[in-house]
Parts: sequence; structure tokens; C-alpha cells
Amino acid sequence: MSENEAVDSEDQVEDTQKGKFLTFCLGNEFYGIEIKYVTEIIGLQPITEIPEMPEYIKGIINLRGKIIPLMDVRLRFRKPFREYNDRTCIVVIDIREIPIGLIVDSVSEVISISDEEIVSPPSLNKEGNKYIRGIGKVGNDVKLLLDSGKLLTDLEIENLENI
Amino acid sequence: MTDQYHNEPMLELFIFESMQLIEQMEQLIIANEKFESYDSDAINEIFRIMHTIKGSSAMMLFNNISTLAHSMEDVFFVLREDKPQNIDSSQLSDLVLEGIDFIKVEIAKIRNGDEAEGDAAALIESLRIFHATIKAQNYTVSDQEIKDTATSQGNSAPKKQQYYISKVRTEPQSYSNSFQATLYFEEDCGMENLRAFGVVNDLGDLVKEYYHIPEDLDHEDSAEVIQEQGFTLFFKTDRSLEEIHRTLSQTIYLKDLQLTQVKNSEPFDDLHEERKILLNDSAKIPASSSREGITNDQKESYSSASQQSIISVSVAKLDQLMDLVGEMVIAEAMVTQNPDLKGLELNNFEKAARQLRKITSELQDTVMSVRMVPLTGTFQKMNRTVRDMCKKLNKDVRLELIGQETEVDKNIIEHISDPLMHLIRNSIDHGIEMPSDREMKGKPRWGTIILEAKNAGGDVLIIIRDDGGGFNKAKIMSKAREKGLLQVPEDEITDKEIYNLVFLPGFSTNETVTEFSGRGVGMDVVVKNIEAVGGAITADSVPGKGTTLTLKIPLTLAIIDGMNIKVGDSRYTIPTTAIKESFRPKTTDIIVDPDDNEMIMVRGQCFPILRLHRRYHVNTLVTNFADGIIIMVEQDDQTLCIFADELIGQQQVVVKSLPAYIKHTKKVTGLAGCTLLGDGSISLILDIAGLFTVKKTG
Repeated sequence: MSENEAVDSEDQVEDTQKGKFLTFCLGNEFYGIEIKYVTEIIGLQPITEIPEMPEYIKGIINLRGKIIPLMDVRLRFRKPFREYNDRTCIVVIDIREIPIGLIVDSVSEVISISDEEIVSPPSLNKEGNKYIRGIGKVGNDVKLLLDSGKLLTDLEIENLENI
Repeated sequence: MTDQYHNEPMLELFIFESMQLIEQMEQLIIANEKFESYDSDAINEIFRIMHTIKGSSAMMLFNNISTLAHSMEDVFFVLREDKPQNIDSSQLSDLVLEGIDFIKVEIAKIRNGDEAEGDAAALIESLRIFHATIKAQNYTVSDQEIKDTATSQGNSAPKKQQYYISKVRTEPQSYSNSFQATLYFEEDCGMENLRAFGVVNDLGDLVKEYYHIPEDLDHEDSAEVIQEQGFTLFFKTDRSLEEIHRTLSQTIYLKDLQLTQVKNSEPFDDLHEERKILLNDSAKIPASSSREGITNDQKESYSSASQQSIISVSVAKLDQLMDLVGEMVIAEAMVTQNPDLKGLELNNFEKAARQLRKITSELQDTVMSVRMVPLTGTFQKMNRTVRDMCKKLNKDVRLELIGQETEVDKNIIEHISDPLMHLIRNSIDHGIEMPSDREMKGKPRWGTIILEAKNAGGDVLIIIRDDGGGFNKAKIMSKAREKGLLQVPEDEITDKEIYNLVFLPGFSTNETVTEFSGRGVGMDVVVKNIEAVGGAITADSVPGKGTTLTLKIPLTLAIIDGMNIKVGDSRYTIPTTAIKESFRPKTTDIIVDPDDNEMIMVRGQCFPILRLHRRYHVNTLVTNFADGIIIMVEQDDQTLCIFADELIGQQQVVVKSLPAYIKHTKKVTGLAGCTLLGDGSISLILDIAGLFTVKKTG
């Protein structure tokens, strides 16, 4: 009995999270990431640098005893580096049990985008949209929806090429 | 589903108990084999162990284990009862050890949740032959009877099902006697139902028809019934009262035995009825007290555990506890070294903080000591390795164990068991010569391997010393040349460097690949395993006299004493055990060679300098040697001077590994992990051995 209820409520949690995206901005563009990956949003903290890392891995932070690596999404997308200010946020996400912090210019809001309003990205340029899963239309705005898995996995492929 | 639930703790207990018994038995056999005969104590002990395993495995329906245990028990029964003089003890040991291995494999399968489906038929067959031969040699009975027991065993063993014990005989026999036996077990023996089943199993070959009360021994409730009312058996047999009495009185934990002969004419039907009545009685008891029965059982297992005043705890729980204590050490530092308190005079706070510090450090020590396990078990296992190797290679080797009570962290023990075994195999295979060769060289016939463990500061040294032929320098050199493993000019290489070439991947001097060693993968796997726990291995040898291998292993991995240093904004931690000294350098002592390598003269010796800020590209204002500090570190007889901005202080640090994502991205040489400092910031722990490789390549 109680087990069934638990399963139900779990389904509900899944349901309420479905179609919701946390949006953040990098420069002029707005990006969205599925809310089920997001653990929390924290302000900037003192970062410990790790030597010999790619430029976009800024280092590690101590989040209540857990060590979490940080990735600067701007640098990841080969955008110019911008000095961190008090709007800069760390979005902590958890993808397949691997926690990682994303440094973004600022976090805006959580919005719902239904599946009908998501279109797949145009396949014009071969390089630019590999991290983009789709484009969400919200009113007159456009949000680029991130494929969080690719943020991590593509990196490994890149590394292999580097070697 | 409920059955499964009930079985789980029992299964765990079965695995735990059986493994312990098996290991105990292995020790016994190896100890006795040295004297080439089995003393009666050992025979009794092995008989008892096999008996228990037979009973409990039959109880858990692992028939292959129980039949094997049964045939081993038969052999030892003969040994015990008839005390034959001229038995082939080495063949016996081989057979029994083979049996032990089989049971070990099966139990491992059970533990992993697999079906224990291994077939011991061949082994049972050879045990049966052995059994028949010792019987034939020492027991003056007619051939017919041997054949009879042999066939009855051959038939009954594979056919034995869970409760039905087949009594296929080649000739019809009259079962003239009927008995009623009531057995009472000692109060705290535990698992009465299991023991009762063992009794039934024992009688299996002696009796024809039997009934017992309670009937269902599988159910845990029956244990309680037996405890209270005893275990009652009715059976028909052709054996005499004395024989039955003797068999029954061998039962372990037997408190009281009542054996009466029932009149032959009395039909068994009566017993059937009686059983029904009694069963009705007993059925009520479990119904009303089934809940209590379970708790009682649990209580029992607890009480039996407390008798030894040892409990077994899962390592995962200990790891969790360790993590928590680690967090607490950090939290304590956060409170007592809180920046808000700077400059305030707080006498009472200081007092309380001191108390807290004392308790946390005591707690930490205790948790660490809980995780410490003596090396005894690991060392004892080597006896078996040596024995098997000697048999196969026809060598005579004695193993001496020194300092096996030395304690090492549980995690580390798991990592060194395989390497140790490998090194010992290597020593026997390559090191110790054949007995005839040894005699020619004027050495004792038997080789000696000394396995020694001792504490040395924060490390444990494990030394494997053999008195074999020693390393062949010329052979190693030619091999290294052939494989292109030499990195140092040949005329400069020291003996020690030559010996340590054997640890390089792809190196094996043995021409022929044997079953045990010689594939050239062994040594570098050993080195990898040892390095995984932060240890190191060195070799030394005297030609013709023997070889010494030294493993240096840290006591523990989780918490280390570290010196925190600062470079720019970054903090680094150096394990205190690696630090020799630290000092402010004089610019006059610094030497720069034409390749811009910096060196420093200290007391007439010259050491290389590693600038951390340059190595890790850290921005710092301190680039002049006069402004910073030099920390001299040593690892594996290599010395390096690390240049940093300043020392922050010494502290116990909890080692945390770098996040998986970082490790995936790139393995940074020279970093062992990270740790949290008192103020919540992160410090990177330097891996000194890694820094040396950095120095060489960079």
C-alpha cells in the first residue's frame, strides 16, 4: 500500500518537473536547463584552482564538505571571459551522479516550456549547436535548451583528440 | 517472500560460519602436514568442522557442499575411530585441501547470489577411493563389507535430497531393532533445528525408517521447540543399542541423551499417531510465540556473539563513520579557528575548545584503531601458497612469519594480499633452488622464506627475505637491454638500480613460463597494486645468498599529518612524513646550471629545486628565493627541495579524492587529492612521488 503511494508521489515529482527549465543568461542569449538536473544555485565562492586543467574548468569549491568542480560555461562555449561580479551564479547540477557547478552570468527564472513549443535546432552550422538540444519559444523570446549530458561527455572526446 | 526474509540472516550466518570453519581447518591441515601425520586432536577437530558444515549446508539446501563434506567426514571418521598407522598424509592433505577449495568457491558463489551448482562428483569419488583404501589397509573386515559401504555411499551421496535420505542397499536387511531417542541440546548452542538435522543426517546410513519430532526442521520455530522439549527420534535399525548410542553421543553441544529400545513388535503406526498428537501440541507453541521465536533467535545470536566479545561490522559502515569523523575534525577546526574570534580574549571559550579538541582527537584515534586489522590472516594465507608451490615444483621451502600482529588499515590489507602472494610465488619459483642444487652449494636442503612485518614511523614495512640464488645481475642487464628498458647509461647504473629494473612492466627473467610465474606481467601488477595504496617496493639481493624485497606501506589512507603551505592564493599540503626539513634559503647557496635548472647546496650536498608556482602556473609575488621558504622532501631515497611562499602550519588533514569529473578530464601528476582546511577553503595534497616524475620529464 504505502509503497504504491510512494511510487505515485515520485511520479508526481517527476511530472511536476517535466517541461520546466531553469533559464540563465550568458551575454545576450538565454539558455535553459532541465530543472531535474539542478541541485541548487549558489553565489560565487572562493575557488581553488587546479593546475593543468583546461581553461574552462575553473577549479573546485567546498560545498558543505563536498568537493565540486566548476565549469565556466562562457569559456566552454568559446565566448570571451567576463569578470565575475555579484550577479555571477553557480548552478550546481547533478548529471548521472556526477555533480558539477556551472558558472553563468546570471540566473533569471524557472519557466515551463511544453514539448510543442520546442523545435530542434537548425542543422546549418556543424560546430555551434552541439550542446543545444532544442530551441524553446516563450512569448517573443527564444531560449536555447542545453543538452546537459553533452556538456560532460563531449569533453572526453575532445580530450582524446588532444592526446 | 516471508521465507526469503527469514532466510537472509541465516544465509549470512551460514556463509560467515562456514568460511571461518574452513579457514580454521585449512590452518590445521597445513600445520599438521609439516609433521607428516595428523594428531588425534586435529582429526577430531576436522571431523567436527566437516560435520558442522555438512549439517548446516544440508540445512541450507546446498547439497553439493553437504555431500562433499559428508565424504570428507567419512574419511576422518575412519581416521578417528581406527587410528590407521600408515596413511598417505600428503595425499590426504591434497584431497582435503581440494575439497576446501571447492567449498570456498561454492560459498563465494552463494555470497554473490549465484547458484552453487559446482559438481564435486570427481572429488567425492577420489575421497571414496581413499576412504576404501585406508579401510582396507587397516580395518580387518571382509571385502564384502567394504564394497557394501562403498556402494551405499556411492548411491546415497548423489541421490541425497533435502530431507529424504536414500538408503539403497545392495541386499535386503532386516531392521530388527527399533529405538526412541530424545536429545537435549545445551541452552546457548543456537540453531537447534540445524543441529537436529545434523543428527538425522548422521544416522542416515545406519537407520532405515525414522520419524522425528518436531517434523519440520526447516522452520526456525522448531529451534525453540527443540530447545524446550528436546528432539525426539524414532527409528528402526539393524545396529545395536551401543552403536547407536555412540553415534548419537558424538553430537556437538549435546546436553542429555535418552535412548531406549522400543519393542520390535510395536508397529510404527502407533508412532505415527503419537507424532500427530505431539505435533499438534508443538504446532500451538510456534503459532502463539512465532514473534517471540524470532526475537529469541536474534537474542541468541547476539548473546553468542557477545561471548567472544567481538562483533563483525560491515566495512561500509566503518567508512561512513570515518567520513563523519573527518567532517567533525574539519568542523572543529572551523569553530576553534573561526576568524570572528581573532583578537578576542575568551578564557572560557578557550577552555571549552581545548576540551573539544581533545575529545575529537581521541575519537579520531579510536575510529582509526577500529579499522586496523592485524596482518595475521594475510600472512597465514601464505602458508597455503608455499605448500602448493612446493608440491608442484618439488622444492622444500619453509616459511617463517615474524611480526604478524602488526596492524594495518583494513582497506590497505585488501590491496596487499595479492601482491604478497605473487612475490612469495616468485621467490619460490625463481629464487629458491632445487634441493639438490642447494646441497651442492653447501646450503641446507630446505629453503627459507622470512615474511616480516614491522612498524617504521607512519609506515609499515613488509619484508620478504629468501635464501635462494639471488638476482642474476648480468641476466637482468641483458634482458633490460634487449627490451629497451634501460634509461640510465650502463656504466653508471648501481646494483640497486639494476635490481629494481625487475619491477618495470614487461620484465621477466624466467625463460620458461610456469604455472605460477614468468609471464612478466606479475611484477608490474604488484607495483601498481602497492602504489595504489601509496606504498613503494624495493629490491636488494646478494648473489648466491638470497633476495630481500621490501614493501613500504602507509598505515592508513584516510587521515594524514600534513604541512600546509601557501603559494600565491593557493594552498598545498605536503604529507609530514615526507618532509625532512624546511629553511629559508641563502641566495649564495643557489646554483643555476646552463639549462636554467636551479639547485641548492645544503651541508655540502646539492639538491634540485622545484618552484611550485612555476610548476603549477600560480601567480605569486614571492619569486625571490630570499622571500620564500624551501621545504626539503624525500621519497624513495630521492630528495627534492620545494620552493613555496610560506608555511601555514601543521594539521591533521582528511584526504579526499579529487572530483571524478576532474580526474576524468586529466590526471594531474603530483596531486594526490585535496582536503578541507579549518576555514573551509580547499588545499591540494601533493603527491611527492609524482613530483619526482614531473621533475624528470619536465
